Amino acid sequence: MAGHATMRCGEFRTSYRADTTIFPTPMSRNFALGGVVVLLLAPLVLNAYYLNLLIQIGYYGIAALGLNILVGFTGQISLGHAAFFGFGAFASAWINNSFGIPVILSIPLAGLLTTAVGMIVGVPAGRIKGLYLAIATLASQFILEDFFARAEWFTGGSSGSLANSISLFGYQMGTDQRYFYVVLFFVVVMFLFGANLLRTRDGRAFVAVRDHYLSAEIMGINLTKYRILSFGISSFYAGIGGALYGHYLGFVSAEGFTILLSIQFLGMVIIGGLGSVMGALLGTTFMVLLPEVMTSLVGTVGDLLPGLSQGVAYIKQMAIGLAIILFLIFEPDGLAHRWKMIKAYWKLYPFSY
Amino acid sequence: MNLDLLLQLVVNGLIVGTLYGVVAMCFVLIYKSTQIVNFAQGEFLLIGAWVCWWLMTSFEAPIWIGFPLTFLFMLIFGVLLQVVVLRPMIGEPIISVIMVTIGLSIFFQSLMGWMFGVFAKPFPRVFETESINILGLQVQTAYMMSLVISLVIMVGFYYFFKYSRLGLAMRATAFNQQVAQSLGISVKQVFAMSWAISAMVSALAGVVVGMVNGVSSALSFFGIKVFPAVILGGLDSIVGAIVGGLTIGVLENLAEYFDAQWLHLGNLYTVAPFYVLVIILMIKPYGLFGTKDIERI
Repeated sequence: MAGHATMRCGEFRTSYRADTTIFPTPMSRNFALGGVVVLLLAPLVLNAYYLNLLIQIGYYGIAALGLNILVGFTGQISLGHAAFFGFGAFASAWINNSFGIPVILSIPLAGLLTTAVGMIVGVPAGRIKGLYLAIATLASQFILEDFFARAEWFTGGSSGSLANSISLFGYQMGTDQRYFYVVLFFVVVMFLFGANLLRTRDGRAFVAVRDHYLSAEIMGINLTKYRILSFGISSFYAGIGGALYGHYLGFVSAEGFTILLSIQFLGMVIIGGLGSVMGALLGTTFMVLLPEVMTSLVGTVGDLLPGLSQGVAYIKQMAIGLAIILFLIFEPDGLAHRWKMIKAYWKLYPFSY
Repeated sequence: MNLDLLLQLVVNGLIVGTLYGVVAMCFVLIYKSTQIVNFAQGEFLLIGAWVCWWLMTSFEAPIWIGFPLTFLFMLIFGVLLQVVVLRPMIGEPIISVIMVTIGLSIFFQSLMGWMFGVFAKPFPRVFETESINILGLQVQTAYMMSLVISLVIMVGFYYFFKYSRLGLAMRATAFNQQVAQSLGISVKQVFAMSWAISAMVSALAGVVVGMVNGVSSALSFFGIKVFPAVILGGLDSIVGAIVGGLTIGVLENLAEYFDAQWLHLGNLYTVAPFYVLVIILMIKPYGLFGTKDIERI
């Protein structure tokens, strides 16, 4: 090929290796790298409000990717993701407070602890699937919530527990500007790991279990092992996300991890696109921005309709429910699919045939 | 004294259990005929109770006008819900269907919260006496009425499915949709009707609970409580729903009793059903009366 055109008319891969790279095209790799570089500059430019939103997208996005591995890759529905998210937040604070382990280590340790819990909760997955599993995870959501309220040694009970801010080589990372880099680091690592997972033996096994579990079993895939492993990996992500959330807010209380948050996580995954790594990020962005957009919308229209501004909290929730319903009816493949369509349109523009 | 308390709790449990049973029956009705797990069942109770409350407080409508109007509203609401939201979901994977009903659930929950507030509002008094004395046990009149109404509904369901034309059509559709359609049954109509009936009967349960405890967003938790009941009985068994509902009702009250007497854990009764749920799913996923899924390869 003479010279590198910025837009190619197609990707023509000639080896299996080239077909399974983390980034499907050089373009997408450059874009991802560019995106990270731009984000590295973000704290210098953006004000606290937008930085806060970006950090939220970061830790929720990590957890959403975990749920996508469970739901999108392995085909198992979990209604208890918020409980794992909360468990990670409590675990990290607990490890840091009780054993004096520095926060930067307690976050991965909390992830591992959450993995263990997730695998225990995932044990029913060895026997049941589909909606029965969804109901089982619903039960585990309530059981874990109850545990949070009960286990004072672990969570501080109803008063909650304090989570210290991160300090790294003597630097306090408490401010939004600095904490942003911590979150960004974890986001990059976790998303690369997630994208890589699909290329591994385990990742392919997950997809096989999702697509046809009987065929997968006949081909020698241990169903129980992979179903529970999927729960474990997904909980690891939730634990990391939760730990970052806890250390960001500085205070963890059990009220934040209700079934509503679980539903929001599922909403992120569905709106983003099931089984898509980038979809998890897109869906999270949508879900984090939606309430903000609703608030500003109500703020501008609120003067015309009295009573609207008092109901902002409800309107936000209604918007979440409505977004999930509308996406499922009109765009069941999510934003990632829409993004693909846009790319495909431009790839051959203006000769799309 | 303890024995009296225990007996009282068991009776309460049975009465609450019949309500669980009725709601579970509505849930099973939808699952059986349309294969949809309805996570918004609790919101049906909530909407029904609020509509009836609104009719009776704003217009001071007596109960015999408020009740049928609520029924009519729920009939239209159920049909509309099925046609607008659930019909496009036919043939979609399980997760989409589950998520749509969950989406509906949070939508209506927050809509009701917005319109009527989150605090419990008392129902206008319907009965002269708060509670009546049966064999030395204090039972609230509304609960007594709920027991009677629940039993009437259960018998009504039995006759409806056994003898009425629509009931037979529903059973045929539940048994095999394609065959039912080829025999001239309008499957669309059956789907819409099962949602409508489920919404109506749930609303009835909602009104009854509202009369006792006041109407509040806590009503929607019935929709979650229904899961242990239906899983225990089997997702597609009407009898199972009743048995499951009664069992969970009694179990809750017994858990409260043991908690108060010996364990002192607090709040045990809210989680106990979910432990039962997990245990049942582990040992007998299809419940006591449910049909086992046999998959062909």
